[in-house]
Amino acid sequence: MADKLKATEEQLVYAKLLDLGMKVGLLTLIITFIIYATGIFAPQIPVSDLPKYWSMPVHQYLEATGIHPGWVWLTMLGKGDFLNFTGIAFLALVTLVCYVRIVPILFRKKDTIYGVIAIVEVLILALAASGVLKSGGH
Amino acid sequence: MENDVSSPHKQRFPGLFSRLKQVRVSRTTMVCLFAFALTILMFVSMAFLSPDALQAAEGGAKSALPWWAWPLILFIVTFFLGIAAVLGGVGGGVLFVPIVSGFFPFHLDFVRGAGLLVALAGALAAGPGLLKKGLADLRLALPLAVIASACAIAGAMLGLALPTNVIQISLGATILGIVLIMLLAKKSEYPEVKQACALSTALRINGIYHEASSGQNINWQVHRTAQGLATFVIIGVMAGMFGLGAGWANVPVLNLMMGAPLKVSVATSKFLLSITDTSAAWIYVNNGAVLPMVVVPSIIGIMLGSIIGVRILAKTKPAAVRYIVIVMLLFAGGRALLKGLGI
Repeated sequence: MADKLKATEEQLVYAKLLDLGMKVGLLTLIITFIIYATGIFAPQIPVSDLPKYWSMPVHQYLEATGIHPGWVWLTMLGKGDFLNFTGIAFLALVTLVCYVRIVPILFRKKDTIYGVIAIVEVLILALAASGVLKSGGH
Repeated sequence: MENDVSSPHKQRFPGLFSRLKQVRVSRTTMVCLFAFALTILMFVSMAFLSPDALQAAEGGAKSALPWWAWPLILFIVTFFLGIAAVLGGVGGGVLFVPIVSGFFPFHLDFVRGAGLLVALAGALAAGPGLLKKGLADLRLALPLAVIASACAIAGAMLGLALPTNVIQISLGATILGIVLIMLLAKKSEYPEVKQACALSTALRINGIYHEASSGQNINWQVHRTAQGLATFVIIGVMAGMFGLGAGWANVPVLNLMMGAPLKVSVATSKFLLSITDTSAAWIYVNNGAVLPMVVVPSIIGIMLGSIIGVRILAKTKPAAVRYIVIVMLLFAGGRALLKGLGI
């Protein structure tokens, strides 16, 4: 009974990693935004021009600005606005990392079904993050 | 005389106790004042963001406001939304998307991308504590998360591909549906599950949690797992399509359909959002529908507001705020519907 009251090993490992990732991600998000807002790194789109673009549908915005979607932002980290994607991507990757971490624990405990479920989830999240899935636009 | 004997301090500080009483009164009135301020804020913003001003801003024309005013207003509004979300018992995303898309010049594509990241940040912040305490259950969440996250990807792609007015109309209808769920759906603290279903037995989805209020250990198991999994197909698609988060749908399914205790349902739902919203958020990020100037003030505003909201909630439980949140959703849902219909 006392054992069942405790969260399982994989649950605690997941929680610990999630906690760390969330804190690092949020801190990165705040720091990079301060850099962007203070203009330390010049942005790709001047902040005063933003009102011209933020009311456009996304495909029109991409056309008007010539920005390429996907992981291209990694090559533009010198730009203040694109630097913010470091924190955003970090927050969006935390869950994937947590899943990867619990897979070996589940298999070690011979919890094969949940091990397979976790692998499937890793594949789903990796597919979403890969940038392979493009939307047709309006 | 009795008072004089039992309370010597009252003699020494005659004005202090009456002042303390006033403080206690002001604590409860504080919530009413907040509710009042929230309503005023809504109406002022309506007047302030008149259709002409909004149209000008939406069209990218010269707005009366400088560029920095919008992120600043967004930060202030999301701060109040964060308080309202905690007091009203709803997720931040469900308030954020209809209100920001209805009253700000940002395109719905960017608002939905931001909405998902707002809901994701909130879920990531709450997840570790809920998992450590054993309130959120990994065994319950994992099978549902596979379905929900895969379908959220499909929903996000569909949402970015469909015409904006179709999404606006669907969003408005969904928000009005959520209002109905909030008004009509019952909650069951400890649903009776006479026998666990075969699927949940095979997956060993059950547990015990310690109920601090009663000091009891609560055994729980679930049934109708297959139906629950099927429902998460729809929940996932809607979460991805509208960027709302999906706590409003997760909790009734976990609690009323599958029979998980209310606390386990709420906690597991919050944790589930961190997985569902991650997959959908990536689609928005990778398709360019994320603007840092919209996302970051929203995340910071709503998280700061949530912290204040939790402090207010610890002192009082204002039922009135829940109704104000419902009115706000009704209003925002109606506006989304009318906007979609071009009225």
